[in-house]
Amino acid sequence: MSTAESLVQVTGLSVAFGPVRAVDALSFRLERGAALALVGESGSGKSTVASALLGLHRGTGAVVDGTVRVAGVDVGSASDAELRRLRGGTAAMVFQDPLSSLDPYYAVGDQIAEVYRVHHRASRRAARARAVQVLDRVGIPDAVRRSRSRPHEFSGGMRQRALIAMALACEPELLVADEPTTALDVTVQAQILDLLHTLRQETGMGLLLVTHDVGVAAGSVDDILVMRNGVEVEHGPVATVLGSPARTYTRRLLKSVPRVDVPRPAHPADAEHEPASAGVALEAVGLRRVFGRGARAFAAVDDVSLQVRRGEALGIVGESGSGKTTLGRMLVGLLAPSAGQVRREGVAVNGVRPDVQMVFQDPVSSLNPRRSVGESVADPLRARGERDPAVRTRVAELLERVGLEPAHHGRYPHEFSGGQRQRIGIARALAADPRVLVCDEPVSALDVTTQAQVVELLDELRRELGLALVFIAHDLAVVRRVSDRLAVMRRGRVVEYGQANEVYESPREAYTRHLLAAVPALDPDLAAVRRAERMEQRSLG
Amino acid sequence: MNALHGFAGFALRRTLGAVVTLLAISVIVYVVFYAAPGDVAQITCGPRCSPAQVHQVAEQLRLDDPLYVRYLHFLQGVVVGHDYSTGTSVEHCSAPCLGMSYQSDQQVTQLILAKLPVTGSLALGAMVLWLLFGVGTGVLAAWRRGRLDERILTGITLAGWATPVFVVGLLLMVVICGQLQLLPFPQYVPFTEDPEQWAWNLLLPWLSLALIEAAKYARLTRSAMLETLAEDHVRTFRAYGVGERAIVGRHALRGAVGPLIALNANDLGSLFGGAVLTESLFGLPGIGRELVHAVNVVDLPVVVGMVVLTGFFVVLANAVADVLYAVADRRTVLS
Repeated sequence: MSTAESLVQVTGLSVAFGPVRAVDALSFRLERGAALALVGESGSGKSTVASALLGLHRGTGAVVDGTVRVAGVDVGSASDAELRRLRGGTAAMVFQDPLSSLDPYYAVGDQIAEVYRVHHRASRRAARARAVQVLDRVGIPDAVRRSRSRPHEFSGGMRQRALIAMALACEPELLVADEPTTALDVTVQAQILDLLHTLRQETGMGLLLVTHDVGVAAGSVDDILVMRNGVEVEHGPVATVLGSPARTYTRRLLKSVPRVDVPRPAHPADAEHEPASAGVALEAVGLRRVFGRGARAFAAVDDVSLQVRRGEALGIVGESGSGKTTLGRMLVGLLAPSAGQVRREGVAVNGVRPDVQMVFQDPVSSLNPRRSVGESVADPLRARGERDPAVRTRVAELLERVGLEPAHHGRYPHEFSGGQRQRIGIARALAADPRVLVCDEPVSALDVTTQAQVVELLDELRRELGLALVFIAHDLAVVRRVSDRLAVMRRGRVVEYGQANEVYESPREAYTRHLLAAVPALDPDLAAVRRAERMEQRSLG
Repeated sequence: MNALHGFAGFALRRTLGAVVTLLAISVIVYVVFYAAPGDVAQITCGPRCSPAQVHQVAEQLRLDDPLYVRYLHFLQGVVVGHDYSTGTSVEHCSAPCLGMSYQSDQQVTQLILAKLPVTGSLALGAMVLWLLFGVGTGVLAAWRRGRLDERILTGITLAGWATPVFVVGLLLMVVICGQLQLLPFPQYVPFTEDPEQWAWNLLLPWLSLALIEAAKYARLTRSAMLETLAEDHVRTFRAYGVGERAIVGRHALRGAVGPLIALNANDLGSLFGGAVLTESLFGLPGIGRELVHAVNVVDLPVVVGMVVLTGFFVVLANAVADVLYAVADRRTVLS
């Protein structure tokens, strides 16, 4: 073994699951202490590569070709014992969903100690002390006490910190992070990415970051490898790949990424239409919703008043737990408010109404898998008593309107991709001829290129049908892409409410500024500046 | 402090629920048995009674009162007790009084108490064995999943599940007591008299009950463990080099504890109400045999008392299971 050997050396890696080739002849290197991001949409094979680095495909039936060397160990031919030493000891992995990635039944500290004892001869007590030490290192406050908590007693961000602590326990040379911040709020995401950055500087470990989010990659790594359908599209320094991409796909991917600093593209139809003078389509007046009783009662939405005019899009942003989904459900009438009113064209309304429809987040579970999509779309039509030839014609129109084929009527949800399923959900919402469409995280489960298409469709429907749109999302950049006006929610209240461009460009509230500062920047230099600002603020606060 | 409050509230809600369930059971049982056709007074008195004598018996048993009055009377007995006149003397039946046997003039409570040690010994002993066999087999099956030995093991447990207790019990008796003469034919010896003989005599009944129940536990353990093995946190520990033995033994088995508690509570509760077949087969004087006898001679207070008691044990076992479950998985209390 020469001293010049790379930390990770992947040569001609192919991974096949049955007939499916998830990764095809991929080669790359990662030097000691360097950071590389594998970027791609779902199905690009990026997570499969990450698993291959730790030999996690062994025994699963996947066929792995090519060689993977990590810190001098040939992962493919290593013995089981060698592989166990590599896993966690030399190369540690951090997973996407921090809740399901920890055992719910054991204390967090015990789980870290267990991993430590796999790689070191240490007493239980010493391993436990090491666990507390690394938990403290990743910024878990009161680590001695919190190490005895179970994962469900931790917040999402703390769980991810705990997983990173587990990774640190054995001082690995390589950290493999598979979508480490995808399940987290934007401010927590920034904290975790900053933590990874600091740890890397201090320990000199290499980082392989797997992510679908180009922004996350931009601020965290030196090199980027863009993948698509299991093969490399483009590979190079982050500034080059993002600044002057050589390949069409990379350019398309970058173009699809919503930008928090770019306003909604102007459209001639919007200039003619004067939303300010249009009638109010939907209005919330002093809306409040309390969950629980007695001492445990808490207001998920507290005294929220806002308006959506005809043909206008109102964006509602907030972190998880801010009450935005509860508000959306009350606007549609799925949830009765504890106090306040929902007014439709100035008249107070109760319950679900055909003219206010909802588009849900998860296009998989919000369609009945046992009914054809045509029948799902036809439901609202049949509910109001329409009969067959007319229903079929209308369903065909609706499917066409959202960019699907009328011939798709008889197919089932599993035959469609995520983006297509969300189109079906939109077609179903349109079937009732609504005047208002409330979309709750309509694109957060989709890849960026698909996301851009669905957002474009919603924008088009707003303009052409004069729909009022309520667009609820945690992603500030996506919301900017659609909204005329914006409401920022925090702990059940609207903390800032105004013209979208004004709020994004000159936010009045500290909380809004804080949120905007946490959004990953696509430009690596800007990302570094933002990071420095955040770190400074944290050290002050 | 807050956790304690949450836990106390949980226990209180659970207890209230149990009481309501028991009341519902008692109403249903009472109505089913006492509203059933058949002249209880005639049967109790015997075939040679004159109509006048039958009438006298009916009066004594308060059979002329409306059903709900008798039910309330029964409830009153459970809560505060009763005084029964036997003609010459007054006998006090203290709470919880389930009534008097028509046939033997004994208090139902005392009848049951006399049989409880037998049934309890049978149930608890069998439980230890079926947990040992069942969980052990299940762990082995989950560990060796998909291999030949696991398939054979799974086949055997399935066969065990499908075999009736009287077949297993008879085979055991014929082979071990008859052919090999390793053990005497079972005969109940109270634990307080001779613990050693108690255990030897109960060994065969325990084994035959446990062999059948174990199959259920093995399958539950296996499936719960396989489910856990497919979860993300197991992937985490694999990715950190934790060995397969620790993954199966610590992490996967832990996920099976909850379902095991729930199943065990149900089984133990209903066994306490009498293992009718096993007790009859081995001639054990337990609650199950007493119940069969009471049904044969239409001794309704005994039948009702025993069915309510079975209900009580099942409800109690489930309440205990819920508390244990909450201790085993702390997320339960919170939700």
